Amino acid sequence: MASSPHQRVKRTTGQVMRLVIYAGIPGLALQTWFFGYGALIHFAIAALTVIVTEAAILEMRKKNFETAIKDSSALLTAFLIAICIPPFAPWWITVIGSFFAIAIVKQLYGGLGFNLFNPAMAAYVMLLVSFPVQMSTWAIPQEMSQFPQSFSDSFSIIFTGFSAEGYSIEQLRTHIDGYTLATPLDAVKTAVSQGMTVQESFQGAIFEKGLGVGWFWINAAYLLGGLLLLKLKVINWHIPGGVIAGISVVSLIMYLTDDGLYTSPMFHLFSGGLMMGAFFIATDPVSASTTNRGRFIFGFGIGLWTYIIRTWGGYPDAIAFAVLIMNMAVPLIDYYTQPRTYGHRSGHNKAIKAKDSDKQSGS
Amino acid sequence: MNEYQELSWQGLWKNNPAIVQLLGLCPLLAVTMTVVNGLGLGLATTLVLIGSNCTVSLVRNMVPNEIRIPIFVMVIAAFVTVIQLLMNAYTFSLYESLGIFIPLIVTNCAIIGRAEAYASKNPVKYAAFDGLMMGAGFTAILVILGGMRELLGSGTLFAGANLLLGDWATILKVTVFEPENPFLLAILPPGAFLGMGLLIAFKNALDRRVESWVVTPSEEKTVQRARVTADS
Repeated sequence: MASSPHQRVKRTTGQVMRLVIYAGIPGLALQTWFFGYGALIHFAIAALTVIVTEAAILEMRKKNFETAIKDSSALLTAFLIAICIPPFAPWWITVIGSFFAIAIVKQLYGGLGFNLFNPAMAAYVMLLVSFPVQMSTWAIPQEMSQFPQSFSDSFSIIFTGFSAEGYSIEQLRTHIDGYTLATPLDAVKTAVSQGMTVQESFQGAIFEKGLGVGWFWINAAYLLGGLLLLKLKVINWHIPGGVIAGISVVSLIMYLTDDGLYTSPMFHLFSGGLMMGAFFIATDPVSASTTNRGRFIFGFGIGLWTYIIRTWGGYPDAIAFAVLIMNMAVPLIDYYTQPRTYGHRSGHNKAIKAKDSDKQSGS
Repeated sequence: MNEYQELSWQGLWKNNPAIVQLLGLCPLLAVTMTVVNGLGLGLATTLVLIGSNCTVSLVRNMVPNEIRIPIFVMVIAAFVTVIQLLMNAYTFSLYESLGIFIPLIVTNCAIIGRAEAYASKNPVKYAAFDGLMMGAGFTAILVILGGMRELLGSGTLFAGANLLLGDWATILKVTVFEPENPFLLAILPPGAFLGMGLLIAFKNALDRRVESWVVTPSEEKTVQRARVTADS
């Protein structure tokens, strides 16, 4: 089966959006388990902001905002923003990000179905570019922290910058042995840039058998949720398959070239936001490609860009940048991967070729 | 509307080089970090526009049609060099903060566009006025965009006015608020694109609003005409 008009399972937009959120719950739960209650609190703040923003803007556009809010698409954006934002980030980060996602990226382009870019990822990139300090201060796994946080600690950090007992974010990010821990991707990147090998960097406390503590399980949980979405036919395999294939192929080639400088495909697949990006973010039906071949190319491109930016770019993780770059390429991908119309021989490709050769002979 | 009013209306609003013709976007987006930078570049561009429009209009009957563009570019380059040397002499810090974008005024499409489209076909007095109005329209957008970005990014307005106007202007700086975490996006290039998009959208929305007040009677006319056709 080709494109969306042939759906066999009848679901409303709201049902699809809510199913995606439910499938993300295992990942969110594990994120809470490893990094404290920050993600849950940010979800609440983001949900409130997106609903108010969406209602206000639709009211200004003289549209019925009740139906738009009931389709839960804004809520899904809030969910994605909340799980991407560092758990210690202050509350206004989430408010600015959610407002930007809904007001600028979604509604100014015409609302649901018209946005060129993935709202959550555009908001994330906006925040990362604007507030690099707050956006790159990740929590460390609770089991390793000097001071594990309770719910009231997380709440207090987000609203005041200090935990309920008065510890600063830097203190909370300190390992039991008294040093600050970076995220696994960051740790490897810093170590390699300082001339160490990947194996040497894996000696750090944040790693266990060459994988990041906590991050492996979080990615596994999102993988599980993603497979559930595949089983329920909410998404097709093409995009996540493309992302995983893209990053695996490149990282395998680089790993075989020099395993002292480049990490294994396994490390890339289960670090940072890869599984979440592959199954929950890249599969946004509005801003992704719409043909099956196009979807695979779109996903593959995301995997490729993620690897390139993770390895040689300025930021440790790159799902958001990769998704935005490939969003820009979607019209081109769709143009060249139009499926054959039923009953016709591949006329479209011939038309493209004819047009191209015309141009060449013309110039 | 006489010619001067028409030129003012075209340059400042209807055919504004920055938000309608979308000419000269490179300096527009690159230097509008602050009001003062925008104003400085806007004034420089305006002076070049007036000078080049006058000169092009004066020589318009002597220039062979085939090589008019190189000649226009050389005229513009001469004026840009003059402006650049003047700024180097009198507003050195602003000259340094605008950097490469002063010599790049040569490549500003708004200037060659006006030379080609207007000055090369009209007498000097109109061409000079056209240069002034187009320059003013361009400057206005640079200042507004600079103001938006400066306000969001660093919470001030007219910071560094002394670079352009002399030491007394330090008092012009208005600190609206002091952000603990500056909104870097507004100062970085993406902020310029977003701000520009919002300005264009605002102008289009305003035009449509005004049009909807004015055009209502003409809609009735079309209805009448339709009825006539139906009867016959």
